[in-house]
Amino acid sequence: MYGKGLRTLSIATVIAMALALGLVFFYAPLEAEQGFLQKIFYVHVPLAIVALCGFVIGGLLAIQHLRTRDSRWDMRSYVAIHMSLIFAVATLITGSIWARASWGHWWVWNEPTLVSFLIVFLLYATYQPLRFAIEDPERQARYASVFAVTAGAFVPLNFIAVRLSTAYLHPRVLGSTSNLPGSMALTFLVSLIAMALLYATLCKYELTAKHTRAQVRALRRRLSGGEPGARRSRSAAPTLPAGAPAGAASAGRTAA
Amino acid sequence: MRRTVSALLRKELLVELRTLQSVPGMSLFAVTTFVVFHFALNRDTVDGDLAAGILWVTLLFAGILGINRLFVADADQGGFDGFLLAPVDRSAMLVSKVLTLLAYLLALELVAVPAFGLLLLGTSLGPGLPELIATLALGDLGIAVIGTLVAALAVHTSARDLLGPLLALPLLVPIVIGGARASAPLLATTHHSGAPGRWLLTLGLYDLVFGLIAFALFDFLLED
Amino acid sequence: MGISILADTPALPLHEAGKYVAGAYVVLFVILLIYVAIMALRLSRIERELGELLELPEQNTQEEPAALGRSERESTPA
Repeated sequence: MYGKGLRTLSIATVIAMALALGLVFFYAPLEAEQGFLQKIFYVHVPLAIVALCGFVIGGLLAIQHLRTRDSRWDMRSYVAIHMSLIFAVATLITGSIWARASWGHWWVWNEPTLVSFLIVFLLYATYQPLRFAIEDPERQARYASVFAVTAGAFVPLNFIAVRLSTAYLHPRVLGSTSNLPGSMALTFLVSLIAMALLYATLCKYELTAKHTRAQVRALRRRLSGGEPGARRSRSAAPTLPAGAPAGAASAGRTAA
Repeated sequence: MRRTVSALLRKELLVELRTLQSVPGMSLFAVTTFVVFHFALNRDTVDGDLAAGILWVTLLFAGILGINRLFVADADQGGFDGFLLAPVDRSAMLVSKVLTLLAYLLALELVAVPAFGLLLLGTSLGPGLPELIATLALGDLGIAVIGTLVAALAVHTSARDLLGPLLALPLLVPIVIGGARASAPLLATTHHSGAPGRWLLTLGLYDLVFGLIAFALFDFLLED
Repeated sequence: MGISILADTPALPLHEAGKYVAGAYVVLFVILLIYVAIMALRLSRIERELGELLELPEQNTQEEPAALGRSERESTPA
C-alpha cells in the first residue's frame, strides 16, 4: 500500500519548503564574496546531495531486489533512480546558471561537483535504455538491479576521483560547505531537509501512481473473466504483480 | 576453482589464437587512431599531458572493441548454457573473462605503446618505461574488471554494441583520470620525479573495489 | 558590517545577480510543474479506465453480441 502517509509527507514537504524559502530570502545574510548570487547555493547543493543519495539508495534497493527477488524492490529502485536523475538534471542546470553568473561561462571544468555530476548523469542516462533493451521482465529487473548496484557504488568513487584530479588546479569557485556561519548553516540545513522531503514525496507519489495503474489493470483482467487481455507492449518500467488480495483489502480500509 | 579458471582461460586464449578476432583488430585500431590523431591535432609530436591523454583515450576505445566481443560467442553459441550445466563455481567465468580481457589489453599495448613512441611521442619512452608499464597494468586491470561486468550486462540486450560502450565509458572515467595523470610526467620532455604514487594508489583502490563488486554481482547475470 | 557595504562588493551587481538566482529557483519550479502535469495526465487516464471498468459488468449482463464487448476492450490502450 503505497499511498498511505503520502498526505502527511506532502504536508511536511510544503512546510519545510516554505520555511526554507523564507530563511533563504529573509534570514540568511549576504555572503561577502558573491553577494546575492550565493543564494543559488541553497537550491543547487541540496539538489546535488539529495540526487547523489538517491542514486546510492537506488543501489541499496537494488541489492534488496537481488536478495529477495521481490519485484516491489525493483520498482522502488527504479523510481528512486528515475527521480534522482531528474534531480541530477536540475543540479546541472542550476550549477550551470551559477557558473555563468560567477565566471561568465555556462560550463566550467574546475568545479569538481559539477563535473562529477555530468559523469554520473551520463551513466544513469543509460539506465532506461538498458531496461528497454531487455524484453524478458524478470531478466530486465535483474540486470537493472546489477547496474543500479554498480552505478551506486560508482557514485562516491567518482566524486573522489574527480575531486582528486581538480584539487591542484584552481580553488573551488562555488565555495565549500564547511565553516559556514551559523545562520547560513541553519538555512542550508533546512533547505537540505526540504529537498529530501520533496524527493521522498515525489517518489512516494510516483510509486502510488504506478501501483494504482497496476491495480486498475488487474481489475480489468478480473472483470474480463480472467482473460489475458491485450499483450503488454515492451516497456522500460518494472511491472508490479497483479493486485494481491491483501492489497485490495487494505485499500478498502485506508480509503477514508 | 583455480582449475576451472585455468581451463576456461586456456579455452578463451586458444579460441582467440585460432580465430584472431579481437587482438589484431584492437591493435590495428590503436595504430590507426594514432594516425588520425596526427591529422586531427595537426602535430608531429606530442608530450606530457597531451601524450598521456592520447595514449589513454586510444587504449580505452581499443579496449571497448574487445569488450564488445567478449561474451558474444558465449551468448550466440550457447556457451552460457554449457557453463551453467557444469558443476563449477560460477565466479570462475568472471575471473577467466577478466584475465582474458586483461591479456588482450596487454597484447594490445605490446603493439600500441611502441607504435605511439614511434609515431607521436616527442620524447623517448625509455626513462619512464617501468613506471609506465606499472600504470598501464593497473589501468588495464580496471578496464578488464569493469569491461567484463559491462559486457555481461550488455550482451543479452538488443543493442549490445551500443549499450556496452555507453555503460563502460562513465565507469572508466576514474581509470582515465588516474592513468593519464600518472602517465603525464612520464611522457614529458623534462622528466620529473616520476608517476605520482597517489594516482597509482587511486587506480589500485578502484580496481579492488570494482573487483569485489563484480565478484558479488556476476552470478546474478548468469542465471536463466 | 553594513549590508549595504557587502552589497557593493559582490561579484555581480544586485539587479543582475537577482536574475540568475531567480532563474535557478524558477528551474526548480518549472521541473516540479512539469511533473505535476505528467501526473495529472496519468490521473485522468486512470479515471477514464476506471470509468470503462465500471460499465463493463453492465455490458456483460446485457444481451449484446460478444463482438461488441471484445471491440470495447481492444479499443482501450493497454
